Amino acid sequence: MTKLRLDGVVKRFGANTVCDGIDLEVEAGQMVCLIGASGAGKSTLLRCINLLEPIEEGAIWLDGEDISIPGLDPQPVRTRIGMVFQSFNLFPHMTAAENVMLAPRRVHGQSRDELMPKVEELFRRFGLGDRLHHYPDQLSGGQQQRVAIVRALAMRPEVMLFDEVTSALDPQLVGEVLDVLRVLKEEGMTMVLATHEMGFAREAADKVCFLKDGRIVEEGPPSQIFGAPEREETRAFLARTLK
Amino acid sequence: MTEARTRGPLPRTRRQIYEDRLRRRSLLIAGGSTALVFGALFLLIPLAPGWEKVQRVFFNGEVFARTLPGLLEAFVLDVAIFAWSVPMIAVLGLLVALARDVSNPALYPLRIFATVFTDVFRGVPVVLTVYLIGFGIPGLGLPRPWNSPYIWGTVALVLTYSAYVAEIFRSGIESVHASQRAAAQSLGLRDKDVMRYVILPQAIRRVVPAQMNMLIALQKDVALLSFIGPVEIFRQAGVYKSLMANFTPYVGAALIFLAVTVPATRYADYLLAKQRRQRS
Ligand SMILES: Nc1ncnc2c1ncn2[C@@H]1O[C@H](COP(=O)(O)OP(=O)(O)O)[C@@H](O)[C@H]1O
Ligand SMILES: [Mg+2]
Repeated sequence: MTKLRLDGVVKRFGANTVCDGIDLEVEAGQMVCLIGASGAGKSTLLRCINLLEPIEEGAIWLDGEDISIPGLDPQPVRTRIGMVFQSFNLFPHMTAAENVMLAPRRVHGQSRDELMPKVEELFRRFGLGDRLHHYPDQLSGGQQQRVAIVRALAMRPEVMLFDEVTSALDPQLVGEVLDVLRVLKEEGMTMVLATHEMGFAREAADKVCFLKDGRIVEEGPPSQIFGAPEREETRAFLARTLK
Repeated sequence: MTEARTRGPLPRTRRQIYEDRLRRRSLLIAGGSTALVFGALFLLIPLAPGWEKVQRVFFNGEVFARTLPGLLEAFVLDVAIFAWSVPMIAVLGLLVALARDVSNPALYPLRIFATVFTDVFRGVPVVLTVYLIGFGIPGLGLPRPWNSPYIWGTVALVLTYSAYVAEIFRSGIESVHASQRAAAQSLGLRDKDVMRYVILPQAIRRVVPAQMNMLIALQKDVALLSFIGPVEIFRQAGVYKSLMANFTPYVGAALIFLAVTVPATRYADYLLAKQRRQRS
């Protein structure tokens, strides 16, 4: 079943075309990795999917429903699509647990008491058991990013978007966040990642898309993209990043 | 090694010895130069030809002692006006700040109103606003108590200060990074909840020191109401001046203001420094 489909998505900032006719299909439970040089348009594409940016042309379909109709209220769609950012973006004036509970409380009207057991459960599962009442600046980068993931998961999204979620982390903290992504894949979450972790993409992705100048130059299973890329641009990019 | 450490205090390092010497030296120089300057002032000022007269008219100990209790009593009115202005300014200032950024087309008039409001009340000198509103509105012949310049003078202060406070709130709102808004929106929060739970709490915290400075300015500007009637401290000092033909009550009033504003200023500076340390 196709969970998410992009049809010729075009995004411009003024005269600058950042996404230039993107077609993409994501099956339910799939992990799709977007790779490409910085400035290729990976972040912008994810922001468009989450309706943080309006698109100029094309359409985005979630479960067969066009979510890119101009004038459509983006709010209900955003509750169905979770997003995690490179810079964590936790709310610094709230504890980890408050960060996680804010949206379920305000959007779904759930109470603190009914949420707390679920939040504790999520924290335990991702190795954050004793960090519930810490403020973001009392947590390591890896812990902050795991709280940000839990915060998005608490809305029970159908799709998760990850924008270079390990790029701001010290190398020794990258692994703990990638482990979380592996668990989510195991549980059948549908995910789209922009990433520079080529090893992880090769091992865990179902599909890899190579972006250049706002276009998907080549896509396919990781074995093809990393093992036998067909396009010259892909080969050049991989040669540059992998050594 | 452990043995050496348990035996007594650690020997001071070369660096510590050097820094101690440096500190003692700067203390000595600072103390010396301060004493020199103030000593010179103390010795030289009384030598000025008019000093005796100035001392009698402005720094008269006897007048000071006699008028201070009355001044303090009048100052209570300043504090009262201040105290009931502050919550109104905070609320109105925040509303104006939010109104200036509304995007709903139906509320566009509100936006225009808020913009004009801040432009007008920041553009007119406070004392003029106090005069125009404090004399003008009671002049409409309203029934008591609505003809009291005490009320309308306070309203003038509230309007003026709300305009400044609104701009400070707005700068705070703009200083919260766009990624915070994006994160909140991506969770499916509605715009009003994004503002209320994510943006505003951070914005307000950031502008606390700046708003403290507004409060200090307000406390002083309460004295402007003396021009339109209420017998607050400045007015009371004027009464004493006429009665005793002596300016010392004004000096007393100034000292009372300083007793309040200097600690408040120091506290605002302290908050600002603390915030800067936290953010770096
Ligand atoms: N809000 C924006 N306004 C204008 N230009 C933008 C904006 N966001 C991104 N861009 C531009 O879009 C291009 C792609 O950026 P981005 O999507 O961040 O790429 P990537 O995530 O692949 O590094 C860049 O040239 C960037 O300057
Ligand atoms: Mg990016």
